[in-house]
Amino acid sequence: MQVDVKVNGAPESHDVEPRTLLVHYLRDHCGLTGTNVGCDSSSCGACTVHLDGEAVKSCTIFAVQVDGRSVTTIEGMAAADGTMHPMQEAFHTNHGLQCGYCTPGMVMAATSLLEEIPDATEAQVREGLEGNLCRCTGYHNIVKSVLACAKGSEK
Amino acid sequence: MTTTEPSPEAVEEERPIGFGRLLRKEDPRLIRGMGKFVDDIQLPGMLHLAILRSPMAHARIVSIDTSAAQALPKVVAVITGADLAEKGLAWMPTLSNDVQAVLATDKVRFQHQEVAFVVAEDRYSARDALELIDVEYERLDPVIDVRTALDADVPVIRDDLEGKTDNHIFDWETGDEAATDAVFDSADVVVSEEIIYPRVHPAPMETCGCIADFERVAGKLTLWCTSQAPHAHRTVYALVTGLPEHKIRLIAPDIGGGFGNKVPIYPGYVCAIVASLVIGKPVKWMEDRTENLVSTGFARDYVMKADIAATKEGKILAVRTDVLADHGAFNGVAAPVKYPAGFFGVFTGSYDLEAAYAKMTAVYTNKAPGGVAYACSFRITEAVYLVERIVDCLAYELGMDPAELRLKNLLKPEQFPYSTKTGWVYDSGNYEPALRKAMEMAGYDELRREQAEKRERGELMGIGVSFFTEAVGAGPRKDMDILGLGMADGCELRIHPTGKAVIRLSVKSQGQGHETTFAQIVAEEIGIPPEDIEVLEGDTDNTPFGLGTYGSRSTPVSGAAAALVTRKVRDKAQIIASGMLEVSVADLEWNKGSFSVKGDPSKSVTIQDIAMRAHGAGDLPEGIEGGLEAQICYNPENLTYPFGAYICVVDVDPGTAVVKVRRFIAVDDCGTQINPMIIEGQVHGGLTDGVGMATMQMIAFDEDGNCLSGSLMDYLIPTALEVPDWETGYTVTPSPHHPIGAKGIGESATVGSPPAVVNAIVDALKPYGVRHADMPLTPSRVWEAMQGNHTPPI
Repeated sequence: MQVDVKVNGAPESHDVEPRTLLVHYLRDHCGLTGTNVGCDSSSCGACTVHLDGEAVKSCTIFAVQVDGRSVTTIEGMAAADGTMHPMQEAFHTNHGLQCGYCTPGMVMAATSLLEEIPDATEAQVREGLEGNLCRCTGYHNIVKSVLACAKGSEK
Repeated sequence: MTTTEPSPEAVEEERPIGFGRLLRKEDPRLIRGMGKFVDDIQLPGMLHLAILRSPMAHARIVSIDTSAAQALPKVVAVITGADLAEKGLAWMPTLSNDVQAVLATDKVRFQHQEVAFVVAEDRYSARDALELIDVEYERLDPVIDVRTALDADVPVIRDDLEGKTDNHIFDWETGDEAATDAVFDSADVVVSEEIIYPRVHPAPMETCGCIADFERVAGKLTLWCTSQAPHAHRTVYALVTGLPEHKIRLIAPDIGGGFGNKVPIYPGYVCAIVASLVIGKPVKWMEDRTENLVSTGFARDYVMKADIAATKEGKILAVRTDVLADHGAFNGVAAPVKYPAGFFGVFTGSYDLEAAYAKMTAVYTNKAPGGVAYACSFRITEAVYLVERIVDCLAYELGMDPAELRLKNLLKPEQFPYSTKTGWVYDSGNYEPALRKAMEMAGYDELRREQAEKRERGELMGIGVSFFTEAVGAGPRKDMDILGLGMADGCELRIHPTGKAVIRLSVKSQGQGHETTFAQIVAEEIGIPPEDIEVLEGDTDNTPFGLGTYGSRSTPVSGAAAALVTRKVRDKAQIIASGMLEVSVADLEWNKGSFSVKGDPSKSVTIQDIAMRAHGAGDLPEGIEGGLEAQICYNPENLTYPFGAYICVVDVDPGTAVVKVRRFIAVDDCGTQINPMIIEGQVHGGLTDGVGMATMQMIAFDEDGNCLSGSLMDYLIPTALEVPDWETGYTVTPSPHHPIGAKGIGESATVGSPPAVVNAIVDALKPYGVRHADMPLTPSRVWEAMQGNHTPPI
């Protein structure tokens, strides 16, 4: 069936099986492979994207459910001129990633978290990222990256 | 020489020419979602492969009917073990000279073993077809309990091996049994404990997978693969498939974490290769999370009887152990051939002993194969856990502070190089300053006072100490090989005419940041800025041969190779410079990026000038060829021995037995530091592994051999909530034999932290008279320990 989604501001329209997961719609049909699959069961958060501005795990939502809606993926976070989003920049300067597999999902979850709680504390960041697993960083520098973007942090 | 503080330059300088806190070169593509992982690669006409797995742990295959699956639209092929057997491909060698079934032909030997595969036009159709394959099994009794695997009446798992009448794999021993027994017989104090390191799984965020693309006209196979060891794997695939090695190109693109999980050869890879050979199209296989957890390389699974002997004053005299090792249904451990138990022989730890002895028996069970993985440094995790736990048991019996007991027994700096009682030569160490530093960072005495006060009030607070020595950087080719392949690493450096460079490595980063650190090594040695140095790895057609990244060997082996190949290029550059400056080679001095005439710094040439001259027109000094490049193969003379002191502080809720890791202090010494930022990051990750293993992670089975840990809902790994802000520090004791003095750090924290966490929890439970409790210390298991009925996890 035809599924129309605005992805990173641009219209996408693809004829897909009704059971197609959003993450596969994005990866296999839109060619946006920045969103990764880590567990297929919404445990790990690697596939986190923004749906109408809110973080969702794209491995447990069907593409048809987002027909007519707006999705932002990691590829849509940088500015039009290529400048990285402040959260992306913070992950770089705070060494918030190692293998980089969980990173797109982390960045999407973290930006959504700060949208909700702009002046998040360390405890709120840790709680807010509980649904996103990382096996390399021990979370230390991820938390540091997010706190660097929180309101009231010293820039 | 040991320094305990970083040089000011290393900290201050944000963009150093050589060593220091350089931000990572690989970050921008990964942060933007532009990394290229295996599953991101789409090839024209690519097909998808899915694997049918056994629901039973031990069963005879009576029949397989694939007709309904074959008839499903979009299905291209359905292949069973019998089909593979016709091609002689039903079995493959493991990294331990055993064989493993690619697809089961006679029996299935563990739950989720590979039975058949489907190739279809898309990934959903391939999965659909699996449901339509009808397999009839005849159930056999499974062998699940490692303790009974050698009993006379149990089924023989590996009846495929000619003449096999039991489930025994090997016996192994190290040390002097008689001398050790003699020390034990006359010791004041002997403490014994059964210590279990349960089965765990590395669970990298990216699961395993590959794309096999066989081009019939060229006769060449390209394999994009989640591989930590591209060159070794290419050789194995040549042996398995019969394809000539030069007609196989293995590309390991970005890898989403490895931790040893991407070292073994898995049946899925071979299935994809076979499918592409047969069908002539590219075939992708990506396992899902459950497949990753239930079928690929697990880690540990050691039952260890440990004894320690000491004087009543607390001088440790000897350590002894008897180990039962569960290797699963096929012996697929990745370890040097002469070391079937990996480097478990360093179980004597960081102490000066009179004697030591270990013996081990490895057995088959009806569980997934593996054993050496998860940042274990070839079983040093088990060794360190054993000695650090039994030392704490000794402290308990002697009524001594565990830090005090360790300080009394640590090796002294003047004893290095130190030959252990089991034949290992520790290259360098200065242990006491590391432990003292950790105690100072922790505020150890104050913590003990706080603990005493809390105990008065009935609160449970624990302080755990561990001190570890690792042996990493396998290894000297006289002693170490895997499947006959020596563990030396090639390396090639080319300086382009404009003074930019490319270094080609045999290792493969899975997140360790090689593109940054290897550029820093070259930069340090030849003065070219890191941003002008391209680091190439993970492509067997474009890199020299070497054994790959695991066992913390990249820096000790390939890092040494990188430094030495750069020095070789610099030596040539010096000769060319002598011609350019018209002085003798001996009259030149090196200023990290340029040669100048001794005593006349105004006369100098930069490495970039020299590179242009090397490639340009005009004469070069006699006997010197054009170009500026070199290749070497580095054979390490010894392993390197990083060490560290860890202190963990926990609070245990007396009402719920929930453990909270409040603080963790880690002081590591990995010799010369290339990039302290990356070192700290790797330590953070390893400490998180330690908390995970100590408090929640375990791959469990029921008595029928059903794996109970097949999802991230059942196999728990730490989130940001369960770990504290890590407190790291370091000392620097360079390796005397490594060209830049570096030792390797990737696995130190995973090795050293589990005993610190367990020691802390057991310490918290001291008021309940608990001396030992086995991982994973989940609330229910801690509660049992508090009630005095703690049972082993297996």
